[in-house]
Amino acid sequence: MFEVVAFYLFAILTIAMFIITVMTKNALYALSSLAAGMIFISAFFFLLNADFLGVVQIIVYTGAVMALYAFGMMFFDTISDVKEDIANPRLTFLLTGLIALIIVVMAMAPVIGTVNAYYPIHEAYGNAQDVGLVLFTKYLIPFEVAAVMLLVAMIGGIILAGKKMDYRPATEQDHTHNLKKDEK
Amino acid sequence: MSIGLNEYMILSTILFSIGLLGAIRRKNLLMLFFATEIMLNAVNIGMAAISKFHGDLTGQMFAFFIIAIAASEVAVGLGLLILWFKRHNTLDLDSLQKMKG
Repeated sequence: MFEVVAFYLFAILTIAMFIITVMTKNALYALSSLAAGMIFISAFFFLLNADFLGVVQIIVYTGAVMALYAFGMMFFDTISDVKEDIANPRLTFLLTGLIALIIVVMAMAPVIGTVNAYYPIHEAYGNAQDVGLVLFTKYLIPFEVAAVMLLVAMIGGIILAGKKMDYRPATEQDHTHNLKKDEK
Repeated sequence: MSIGLNEYMILSTILFSIGLLGAIRRKNLLMLFFATEIMLNAVNIGMAAISKFHGDLTGQMFAFFIIAIAASEVAVGLGLLILWFKRHNTLDLDSLQKMKG
């Protein structure tokens, strides 16, 4: 009973939050409601006995990703409304529904049959131990590749965003300096 | 009455559709990134649900890798976004059209 109530409560909350994110014109509202939705989603992971995944969801999404967006938004114009001119709203909704239906059919078709458990869940271990066991034996190489990918992404992000970060208005001295450089 | 795989799948589909709607509807690049995050999260719920109801940990493993990919995507994407905003002073998707036929 508790599970049913929790599922529907969090389902409604998550859907409401994400609809606000998609529909609002204010960038700050979108960011806040997205962060709230991420936390509500972690509730589903706890309901599904995926405790470790739920904790990672809270730490990575609301801790790292949302903080990154929040810092990134300091560069953008977030006070004024987002201007968007949608040429044909009805077509947008129709296309969305159609594509979603196709994707669901494509993704769900293999699931309907029976699935053999390659790495079965051990109830006695607890989720975190179980996940660690599989992650560091069967998925060790993908795990390391993911670590390298995160490092590459971090360096890429720093280089991309950090370019010409030391902004100052150009002065006369700079112009003469640049002219001298050109002559050389 | 208990919650089965179907309910979780329906929820995952609804959330994915909301994200897709945002990705199609939005003209602002930052909002487009938000919609992408919603879609990735919707898929994660589906993965975790299948993992539980089939008794297989693979779904959770893939959810972890999706989270890692989402984090790196945000880092690179936000860097590019800041670069674009510095250069063009706008995040409008229509401003990306450099070559008009």
